[in-house]
Amino acid sequence: MQPAIRLQSAATRNASLERDQTLKMSTEALCVLYHDFRAISDVNLPIYAQKITAIIGPSGCGKSTLIRALNRMNDLVHGSRAEGQVYLDGKPLYENNVDVVDVRRRIGMVFQRPNPFPKSIYDNVAYGPRLHGLRRRRDLDDLVEQSLQKAALWGEVKDKLHQSGLSLSGGQQQRLCIARAIAVQPEVILMDEPAAALDPISTLRIEELMHDIVKEYTIVIVTHNMQQAARVSDFTAMMMIDDHRAGSVIEFDATNTIFTNPRDKRTEDYVTGRFG
Amino acid sequence: MLRKTFDHEIQQAKDDMLVLGSMVEQAIVESVEALKKRDLQASEKILAGDRAINKKRFSIESQLMVLIATQQPMAHDLRLLASILEIISELERMGDYAKGIGNINIRMGNEPLLKPLIDVPRMAQKGADMLHRALTAFVNEDVQTARRIPVEDDEVDALYNQVYRELMTFVINDPTTIERANWLLWTAHNLERFADRVTNICERTVFVATGELTEINDTDSEFWKQK
Repeated sequence: MQPAIRLQSAATRNASLERDQTLKMSTEALCVLYHDFRAISDVNLPIYAQKITAIIGPSGCGKSTLIRALNRMNDLVHGSRAEGQVYLDGKPLYENNVDVVDVRRRIGMVFQRPNPFPKSIYDNVAYGPRLHGLRRRRDLDDLVEQSLQKAALWGEVKDKLHQSGLSLSGGQQQRLCIARAIAVQPEVILMDEPAAALDPISTLRIEELMHDIVKEYTIVIVTHNMQQAARVSDFTAMMMIDDHRAGSVIEFDATNTIFTNPRDKRTEDYVTGRFG
Repeated sequence: MLRKTFDHEIQQAKDDMLVLGSMVEQAIVESVEALKKRDLQASEKILAGDRAINKKRFSIESQLMVLIATQQPMAHDLRLLASILEIISELERMGDYAKGIGNINIRMGNEPLLKPLIDVPRMAQKGADMLHRALTAFVNEDVQTARRIPVEDDEVDALYNQVYRELMTFVINDPTTIERANWLLWTAHNLERFADRVTNICERTVFVATGELTEINDTDSEFWKQK
């Protein structure tokens, strides 16, 4: 009798997963409320260093709320508050003495619609570093080039750095936004449906880019596209709303497991297109 | 219903796999029947039937490819379609064993059988019966039955062993029977392999239902253990 090879065996697998990974961030009993409405409830999510973690789930389950809570972007929404805790390198982010601007430098964000500033390509990338005090032209030049290189855009724009960022195509604009996020040398990059507004080729470029840069960064991506989550991520968190309409993570596992043999019936139904 | 088309096509693929299965089931029993009666025409029909089996297998395979490309199956769907792909190729090879027996009969020409066939048709019946139940267990995702069927492979192995010993006594008594004994030994060997492959189908049932890729039992060893 040969030992069984299990695609799932979640308990042992999770234990070994955790042994092999370094925790970059984590949430602990995290809840986010908008006034009285509990948008997400009791989320305990590990985010491993130099890995891509995908957050999937049906519309309205709190994916964007969760990802925005990770770098305290929800603070900007009037009437929102968080309970529980988010840790970055073991240090709590939801504390009074935490410098929120520094948190957002260390944890960058890329949005669904490319949103370059109405400035030149160069200034889009140099904006963050300047804000953080980088002034020397040569240093800025180097940083802009490096960031555009990493974002796989340098070849396409190196001869027109002073043209408006808005003159680029949608896919290029999104890579410009990634270059802009990279330029402030973050440790974690949050991506909220980064390819939702892009054509298939641009989407694949973004996915390739994620693979390339994850060696240096930790990435969290929210996506509605199952195949994208399956293709790009190492880990997947499945979110659902409960009876009180609050979202929570119902299953977290290696992406391979989630898409071949999930434990939770609701995950199975969602990834196979039975609802959502 | 969100996925009516997809569910319908999955059902279609299962149905086609069952059709292929029954073609193979029939072929193995009839190939031995033809040998038993030394009916060359019937064996020619087996060879033609094998071409139909191969064609059916390719048609299911391309249908599954389209389904995978267009529906991008996940989780249970993915395990099911991948397993059907595996099973149809098992079935195609099991069909080849029937074809092999057909060829043996044709190559024997006018030579009489070394002995009347008794255990060999039993092996064919047993194998065909195991196959039938294995495919039923697969479509019903009946893990319990799927785990039980491979145990019955020991019976086929025991019959094979019996046939082997019997043929050896013929050869020892009269070495000129060696070629005619060999024809029958090859036949029995094909049937032994046929039953072994049923186990592979049962393993797929366990996989679809549980996600577990496991060998149910060590099917090849029984015959050799008895040596």
